[in-house]
Amino acid sequence: MPQSTQLHRRLASLFSGHWVSPVVFLILWEAGSRLGLIPKSTLAAPSAVIGTLVEMLTTGELPDNLWVSFLRVAAGLVIGLSIGIALALAAGLSRQGEAAIDPIMQIKRTIPTLALTPLFIVWFGIGETPKVALIAFASIFPVYLNLYSGIRGVDVRLIEGARSFGLSKAEVIWHVILPGALPSLLVGLRYSLSVSILVLVVAEQINASAGLGYLVNNARDFMRTDIIVVCLLVYAALGLGADGLVRLIERRALAWRPSLAEG
Amino acid sequence: MLAETNFTAAFPVAEPVVRLRDFTRSFGANTVIDGLNLSIAPGEFVALLGRSGGGKTTLLRTLAGLDSVGGQDVRIPTSRAVVFQDSRLLPWKKVWRNVALGLKGPGVRERAEAALNEVGLGHRIDAWPLTLSGGEAQRVALARALVREPKLLLLDEPFAALDALTRIKMHALVLELWRVHRPAILMVTHDVDEAVALADRILVLDAGRIVAEEHITVQRGERGDVGRVLRQRLLGHLGCEVTSEHVVSAVDVGASIVPFPQGASA
Ligand SMILES: Nc1ncnc2c1ncn2[C@@H]1O[C@H](COP(=O)(O)OP(=O)(O)O)[C@@H](O)[C@H]1O
Ligand SMILES: [Mg+2]
Repeated sequence: MPQSTQLHRRLASLFSGHWVSPVVFLILWEAGSRLGLIPKSTLAAPSAVIGTLVEMLTTGELPDNLWVSFLRVAAGLVIGLSIGIALALAAGLSRQGEAAIDPIMQIKRTIPTLALTPLFIVWFGIGETPKVALIAFASIFPVYLNLYSGIRGVDVRLIEGARSFGLSKAEVIWHVILPGALPSLLVGLRYSLSVSILVLVVAEQINASAGLGYLVNNARDFMRTDIIVVCLLVYAALGLGADGLVRLIERRALAWRPSLAEG
Repeated sequence: MLAETNFTAAFPVAEPVVRLRDFTRSFGANTVIDGLNLSIAPGEFVALLGRSGGGKTTLLRTLAGLDSVGGQDVRIPTSRAVVFQDSRLLPWKKVWRNVALGLKGPGVRERAEAALNEVGLGHRIDAWPLTLSGGEAQRVALARALVREPKLLLLDEPFAALDALTRIKMHALVLELWRVHRPAILMVTHDVDEAVALADRILVLDAGRIVAEEHITVQRGERGDVGRVLRQRLLGHLGCEVTSEHVVSAVDVGASIVPFPQGASA
């Protein structure tokens, strides 16, 4: 008796898992494709997508283009994050910096980055530069806004406590303000990473001859929905990877937080 | 015998560690400290009482060198340390790094460890501050102050947020540390009993002036009778002899003052 109830419970918990509905969805999708309800030109079957994925991996088509896209994002991020962090430090740590920088950043914030695409093409042509510039431009803001407000939000009582022990201004910044603003910086970093992937998708529509966007554009022209879905999967994986990366940094850098701190 | 009420009485012996002459501090039109004179002798334990908003913290911040004094005659030692009501430990630094904050030179961890051992927290040396209890955090704050061997230790209601039992233990600890290290101490408190139990001298600050000063010569631990009389007088200075509504509002709310007979005043 108890064994069978246990079995029941286990089966029940097995079928209430989060994986159930996606799997059902995939099965229905596959069945729909095989029965001809979903034409290949509308959406390729999951099995076809997997086949294409394997093929693109073995021919090197996917890794090569992914690498191109990755370099674009990396370059844009390095530039954008550096500028964002530098501006946030200047605005957060000095009154003059705040007066000079913050109003402009608040105005810029209201302009959606992607709306600047035509302007960037006019300025930078249709090569690598506008793509990287768009990614850089977009990734400045999240990291700037979060780090700036993080610096300004550091508990003044902690700053005062440190000052009462005779710490210099530089020491207070190093020991109190920067670590205190780190959680906000990481939040900003997470937003910047996801925004950069979003902008990558659009930026690569600008006349690319390599990269994920190029693959998608080509696939669109040949109605290769299987390739399009593979690229969508890769975008999703990039997003997940970026999120996981920030989580990893958070776990190491914010070990002192109550939810994570032990002993 | 137990007290002389001489407002300007300077401690006779050595050169004072703290000396304020005619010190005034205003915020806009609000004069918080008004022509205050204060001397504290080396190793002296002074308690500062006063109602909420009376300027105690403002005075303490001045002595801590946290506010600029605008060229007034203020002498404070360079080696000083503060313990606030909230421990103000940096949550992202392990306990010993908090204690060692700003210390330089070799053997910093050993010095921090020695200070932590003194407050009975040697075993928490590598703990994160947010895992400490309130009492433990205040002990770390004490260790962080004492590791600098300050000439002046400033305590701003350091035990106000602790439960009664922990507070009594903290009193004993502070006295012991004071005996070993002999800093001059200025302790702000709203607890008359705490002041009577710990201090050599008690000041009552009101409206920016010292309105009463009591020297206690009786040994700590033997202050039962003397303390009772003194307490009534201090409560009187604090304005507690008025009507029953004022009794609560006169001293900081949350004070551990045990209810006392109405009308019994200095
Ligand atoms: N930075 C400040 N700016 C303006 N007013 C202040 C400031 N700090 C303290 N005050 C005022 O000074 C008075 C005394 O405050 P405080 O020294 O904190 O009193 P206490 O510690 O005795 O409760 C209060 O009226 C308070 O409002
Ligand atoms: Mg106060």
